[in-house]
Amino acid sequence: MCQDCGCGLPGEKPVGISTHPHTHDHDHPHHDPHDHGHSHGESGDPHEHAEDHEHRRTLEVRRSILDKNDRLAERNRGFFRARGLLVLNVLSSPGSGKTTLLRETIRRLGSRLKTGVIVGDLATDNDARRLGEAGATAVQITTGTVCHLEAEMVARALKQLDLTGVGLLVIENVGNLVCPASYDLGEDLRVVLLSVTEGEDKPLKYPPIFQSAGVAVVTKMDLAQACDYDRDTAIANLRRVAANAPVFEISAKTGQGMDAWCDFLVRQHQALKTRDPLGL
Amino acid sequence: MQSALNQALDQARQAGAVRVHEIRLRIGVLSGVVPEALQFAFEALSDGTPAEGGRLTIEHVPARFWCATCNREFEAIRLFTECPECHNPSGELRSGRELELASLEVD
Repeated sequence: MCQDCGCGLPGEKPVGISTHPHTHDHDHPHHDPHDHGHSHGESGDPHEHAEDHEHRRTLEVRRSILDKNDRLAERNRGFFRARGLLVLNVLSSPGSGKTTLLRETIRRLGSRLKTGVIVGDLATDNDARRLGEAGATAVQITTGTVCHLEAEMVARALKQLDLTGVGLLVIENVGNLVCPASYDLGEDLRVVLLSVTEGEDKPLKYPPIFQSAGVAVVTKMDLAQACDYDRDTAIANLRRVAANAPVFEISAKTGQGMDAWCDFLVRQHQALKTRDPLGL
Repeated sequence: MQSALNQALDQARQAGAVRVHEIRLRIGVLSGVVPEALQFAFEALSDGTPAEGGRLTIEHVPARFWCATCNREFEAIRLFTECPECHNPSGELRSGRELELASLEVD
């Protein structure tokens, strides 16, 4: 369950993971419903001593609530580094063009940079199938009612992903501009999308997610004119919230900006080789 | 909220406490968390646990950025990253993303 919005009610279907391209066996084997933070009898202290705990006392804890996720994310990060993978966490609202952008990216990168994909959605494996058809190795995570991906789900999906020859791993998060901001997955770069149809003020309405962006991509540029997209305002708004994120303006449909975007990814991947493996 | 509550109950159990009267969280304004949703979820989830009937207190942590030009820290106004002095945007967030279990009142 998400501590942000309360999604993922208890008793709901567990998170499912399926690979693509593959046979469409929708009777997913029963993966463990990820139970956050239950440490079963960690201390083993049955506190059977006669207690005089009438007095209230204060326990100082000072621990991050997402401690567990953050630790698992770092474990993922170590795995990615060791394999020399460039990992993107792609975030946007539903319908702003994540899958279309990725499909075109995979197609254009081709053998230049082999791509693997982990896709998160509440239900269906449609996106993994689409991306699989574009030439990527793809695994679908169906989250049930959970509105974001967590590091642990990614770790489990990785087990089913054939990473042979893969240099770029793209994690397409659940379409949501709120909760995924809080969950590190172990990525190198957060890519936040803003489509021209959503309005120029989206970054101002959802500052946390845009603030966390490593890269911002404006999508559906082919529709810019049709929806009176005000470019200057949109870029200025992105700058106000995500000051240092490079901005790419792209139409996956017409190909506008795709070369610059793909070149950027290739350069980022090459840069990994010169980076200290421990990131020190 | 489930993870916050689990963590709180674990801590309380480890300290030998039987009741949790209050859970105090520190939540950064840039954490993406909606406090009202937390309150609602807390009431729903704490039923039947040692925290039932307890109180959830949220301390808000403002977003603070570092301005390299002015060599100082500033509190972000309406979450924008520009320095109020020199108006340059800052990319260095110093605080505001916290999601922290601060302390518990137990007995």
